[in-house]
Parts: sequence; structure tokens; C-alpha cells
Amino acid sequence: MNTPIRKFYYGDIPEENTGGSINAISSNEKAWPLWEVFIRSKQGLDHKHVGSLHAADATMAIENARDVYTRRQEGISIWVVESKFIHASDPADAESLYEPAADKIYRHPTFYDLPDAVKHM
Amino acid sequence: MPHTKNALSFTLHLADTALILAQRNGEWCAHGPILEQDIAITNITLDLIGQARNFYQYAARLHEANENAVTEDSLAYLRTEGQFKNLLICELPNGDWAQTILRQFFFSTFQMLLFEKMKQSNNTQWVAIAEKSIKETHYHVKWSSEWVIRLGDGTTESHDRITKALDTLWMYTGEFFIPASYEMIEVTALKNEWMNKVKEVFDEATLTIPENVFMQTGGKNGVHTENLGFVLTELQYLQRVFPGAEW
Repeated sequence: MNTPIRKFYYGDIPEENTGGSINAISSNEKAWPLWEVFIRSKQGLDHKHVGSLHAADATMAIENARDVYTRRQEGISIWVVESKFIHASDPADAESLYEPAADKIYRHPTFYDLPDAVKHM
Repeated sequence: MPHTKNALSFTLHLADTALILAQRNGEWCAHGPILEQDIAITNITLDLIGQARNFYQYAARLHEANENAVTEDSLAYLRTEGQFKNLLICELPNGDWAQTILRQFFFSTFQMLLFEKMKQSNNTQWVAIAEKSIKETHYHVKWSSEWVIRLGDGTTESHDRITKALDTLWMYTGEFFIPASYEMIEVTALKNEWMNKVKEVFDEATLTIPENVFMQTGGKNGVHTENLGFVLTELQYLQRVFPGAEW
């Protein structure tokens, strides 16, 4: 079933008393896809996820990212990827995926005696 | 000295043009079609206000020889319609998003060519301002061109809307290239290149350049449409009601 959700965009001023026009309601046919934005702040560092935004295509997504996320010189390189292409681990699996690592402290390289000559470890 | 007088008039023309377009674009703030584009248009607005300030500050210095009380603020807030020398296209109402975008495209394309030329002038102030501004202007051109293509070559509705905007705006584009007596950059020479760039984008946007249209002029000499009075009323309200107010 398609549950109607009242979706307001930034700056929307509802014209009717009930708020939100029926056209603006979900089904998302007219809505632009969501993109995840990654910004590299300077040479030699890696791109970091900074947030997401809406855009009609990749070019617009990069420009939107430039306007939304680099206004204060936060970056010198932008990556965008459509959110639907990101596959995520299921939070419900967290117990089986991550907890087994909790009691395996021997996986941390903290049990070795380092010779004094070795620096920067 | 007539040379200084022309330099002052021309500098004010550049400042007024940037300020009035910024004021118009600023009306989109919080009313953009989507958050990201709201920020994009207001970023452009801030770029234009930055340019206007640079030109007003220089104009105020050119004034100093004769009058002391002139500042960038007094130039922006205390002059009347007849004294403003902005291009007419800047003061027109925003219309819909298509009209706002198309105006930005026409204007920024012109401004990019103008600044390119200005970089070679012998006035060091203009050179400095042009060099600083042209980078952002390139982005304004890129951003607005893409929108013109997107709307022109988009849906039936978007194509209709931008065609309507074209009918409204085209008659105000001739003024770019008709020089005022004080104009110190040869704007007539920019026309061909401007037309080429517009044609290039229009081809992709499936739009046609109108022919045999009577071109409106007057803005450069203070003869404006009725719109400017309303724009200035809002822009200058605070300084007119509370003279010298600061915050």
C-alpha cells in the first residue's frame, strides 16, 4: 500500500490549510534522485562522506555539491554516487558481523616487543 | 576632467548592474525550486553583491576628488531610479525559474566576455576586479547554460516555459552591445562572440534565436522600466527610514 507522506521541500509554503499540496506527496515520480557526496579536503587525503543531496543527474549533483558543501573552501575534489548504488550491511546482522571481534584482542599488534631501533610504528 | 567623469559613470554602471541583478536573484532565497538550487542561486547572488561592492568602493574613491560624503553605501542606498545606470534586463521581475535562469545565462555570458576584455584595459582597478570576478562568472555561465539546456531539451512544459521566457527577455539583450557615451570598453565588439555562445547552447537546448526584435535601451542612461522603483524601494527602505542605521 502506498502510504501518503506529506513531503515539504525547503521554502515550500503550503497554499491550503491542510498544508502541502497533494502533488508534493511521495510516490517520488517527480522527485530527483538522492546522491551521496564525498569531498577531499586537500591533496593526499582521502575523500570523506559529507552528506547527501538531490539532483537530476551527475553533473547537477557535482554542482549542487559544490554549492552546498564547498562554500567555505572545504574541498578540492568532489565525488558523487547515486544513493541507490550503495549497498549497506544490515543492522540486524550487527551481532554476528561485529561482536565476534570484541574478544579477540590478539588481533591488535600490541603483544610484540619492538626493538628500540624501530621508529614510527 | 571628462576622463574621470566617464570612468565614474562606467564604474557605477557596472556596480548598479551587479547590485540590481543580485537584488532580484535574492528574491529566490527560501523560494527556490529545491534546496540545492536555492543555495546555488543565492551563491550567485552573493558573488554579484561582492562585485557590486568592489565597483562601488572604487566609484566612491573616484568621487572623493569633489565630494567627501560619498561612500559605497550612499551610492547603493541613496541614489534614485534616474541615477541608476543598470542594464534593464537586471531589473525585470524574476518570472518563473526558466525566466530567471535564462536571464542569468544571457547576462553571465555577456559579463564573462566583458570581464575578459576589461582585463586588458589600462585601468588597474578594473583589471583587478575583472580578474577576481571572472572565475565565478565562468561558473555562473556553466551553471546557467546547463539549466537552459535542461529546460529547453526537457519536457513539453519546461520547453514551453523557457520559450515564453525567451519571448519576454530577448528584447532586453540588445542593450548589452549598444554603448553609452561614457562606456570605456568596446561592447559592440563583444556581440558576435556572445551570439555564437548563445547559439551553441540554444542548439543543444532546441531553442531558436528570435529575429527582427526591437531592442529596448535606456538603463545605461537612467531611463528605466517601472520595475526599478519597486526594486529600490525594497533595497533602500532601511536606509531611507532609519538614515545611517548600522548593525
